Amino acid sequence: MDFHLTDDQRALRAGVHELLAGRFPRERLRAAVDAYEAADGGPVLDRALWRELADAGFFSLLLPEAEGGAGLGLPEAVLVLEEAGRALLPGPLVAGVLLAGAVDGVAAGERVAGLCDAASAPALWEHPSDCDEVIVVAEHAAYRCAPDGLRTAPVRSVDPLTPLARLLDGPSGAPYAADVPRLRREAVLLTAAQQLGGAVKALEAAVAYAGQREQFGAPIGSFQAVKHLCAQMLVRVELARSAVYAASVTEDPAEVSGAKLLADEAAVRNARDCLQVHGGMGFTWEADVHLLLKRAWLRAESWQSAAAGEEALAAALADGHIAV
Amino acid sequence: MDLTYTDEEEDFRARLRAWLREVLPKLPDRPAATDWPGRRAYDTAWQRLLYDAGYAGLHWPADAGGRGATPTQHLIFLEETERAGAPYVGANFVGLLHAGPTIAAEGTAGQRARWLPPILRGEEIWCQGFSEPDAGSDLAALRTKAVRDGDAYVVSGSKTWTSHAEVADWCELLVRTDPEAPRRRGISWLAMPMDAPGITVRPLRTLTGTAEFAEVFLDEVRVPVANRIGAEHDGWRVTMVTLSFERGTAFVGEVVACHRVLVALARKARDNGRWDDPVLRRRLGHLAAEFAALWRLTQWNVSEAQHRGGVPGAGGSVFKLRYSHARQELYDAAAEVLGAGSLDADHEWFADRLSALSYTIAAGTSQIQQNIVAERLLGLPKGR
Repeated sequence: MDFHLTDDQRALRAGVHELLAGRFPRERLRAAVDAYEAADGGPVLDRALWRELADAGFFSLLLPEAEGGAGLGLPEAVLVLEEAGRALLPGPLVAGVLLAGAVDGVAAGERVAGLCDAASAPALWEHPSDCDEVIVVAEHAAYRCAPDGLRTAPVRSVDPLTPLARLLDGPSGAPYAADVPRLRREAVLLTAAQQLGGAVKALEAAVAYAGQREQFGAPIGSFQAVKHLCAQMLVRVELARSAVYAASVTEDPAEVSGAKLLADEAAVRNARDCLQVHGGMGFTWEADVHLLLKRAWLRAESWQSAAAGEEALAAALADGHIAV
Repeated sequence: MDLTYTDEEEDFRARLRAWLREVLPKLPDRPAATDWPGRRAYDTAWQRLLYDAGYAGLHWPADAGGRGATPTQHLIFLEETERAGAPYVGANFVGLLHAGPTIAAEGTAGQRARWLPPILRGEEIWCQGFSEPDAGSDLAALRTKAVRDGDAYVVSGSKTWTSHAEVADWCELLVRTDPEAPRRRGISWLAMPMDAPGITVRPLRTLTGTAEFAEVFLDEVRVPVANRIGAEHDGWRVTMVTLSFERGTAFVGEVVACHRVLVALARKARDNGRWDDPVLRRRLGHLAAEFAALWRLTQWNVSEAQHRGGVPGAGGSVFKLRYSHARQELYDAAAEVLGAGSLDADHEWFADRLSALSYTIAAGTSQIQQNIVAERLLGLPKGR
């Protein structure tokens, strides 16, 4: 047993971090927020950035090498999406990674595919104006739809970088042949990976601010009340990381549920505590903390809510389908 | 990220399981919690069985008489002994996890030869004389003084929270040898024989109703200078070298046990109808995620130790913070499942609910652990 990252996995994570730091730095994040507000519900994805990500192999991660992909597995996809979450990178990334082999043009970044969970209520669809094709996933089946074939109502999204629309009808369109439980499980896991990255970012931002902001003649990070907030943020990150990484290796349904549950908690609680550490600054639009929190709230409702996760785990516990 | 065990590791597990199947049925009944001589005899007999089978000091370095096993083999040992219901480390705890590793790391060849083999063979029991009434979280405030008199130190003061003091042969004792020096530079580490004149042991009854600890009063106790481990006044550093062992793998078996309790809780709740309450179900579901993740975090920390040549990392503090809290949550959930039945002090979960209260205090309170995590892992500035 060696649970640690291999050298290749470390290099992959560092490479993605570097790529995103260069292509999607804070200025670009804030510019995207401004652009979204100006667009008023229109497309927000930067297609040039999307193609750059594709060129770097972002969406062809899981594709076999024979199909032009990297032939990697879920552990690597988790590392990549963790970094995406840490950078607050917007867009239907999970759909891109999971549909690259099924929807033409997705692997190359030329077309954007969306995934919509029709089993949730309300059924929300991310980036409706950006998608060229959407796979609607019902409880046990999936359907392939053209974006203009879906009747939707506008929803003003909590997250300034993730526009939403609400599906008005049940799933329809051409059947999409897929192992639906697996597709759902992988969507849950990769969403959890993004939450893990968001939790890491919130911790980093809180620690940086606590080390620099002075009150009472000392950095506020020297006060135990602030230290303890930060320490608990790290505890949440490390617990969620262990759960998410392990679930990516075992793909065990209960373990995936637990990973999402703990990663959601880490992302939301850490963003809240990060906001608290930032004091009044944390309540401003100018600080990035609210973007972290709003993204965490959005992801927490995606694919598996806390209630659904806890019920799934309780059922697994009762049936003996969860082991330590 | 590889969670599968190698053939070698699985072979180790299989041989251990076979051995446990053979020896466990032959063990005598466990003595009562209040029967200290009986507990000592039971725990040391188990240690002797481990020694004869080659499982004693598994994680100790080979040159200290240990087996030089990898951290993963040690993890498997702790996991399998718990699953099989084997005895706990019990009275051997301080010797195997504190005093022994300290002597192995810092003792002379003669000191290692004197003290390590009897620990591994289950012949000698150690207790810990660190905390004092006025030196708890602030351990460096300790005042028990040791004054040189020829080839001995004359030691006076008092220690508290000393487990197994009633039956221990030796005490790993921290004393102040230089009252003038800065606090951490005037402390020495001594091996004190518990039968020396001037030692009074008074059992300390805890809220569980039993006396798991004792107070130890020292009145001009003579301890040979030759019993000092490390240089004079260097005891703080000597102690810190191995203190992290307690937070490394000490709770591996307990995580496995907690999961088992959780499964039993779910079964009990289904039997008594409380399972129909979604709030309770969700609470148990959440705990299932917690303990599964704590198990993975343990494997993560063990893998890290393996990469660092067996030395446990700071991840132990992170683990302890979450685990101690989760254990309390588990037994609070148990009380909810039992309802008024949780008031029955003879119920099997009652004693565990009470003892869980000590987990956020012992071996560094959660508040101290959070300071450690914030300063050492996150690099936040020291202060108040």
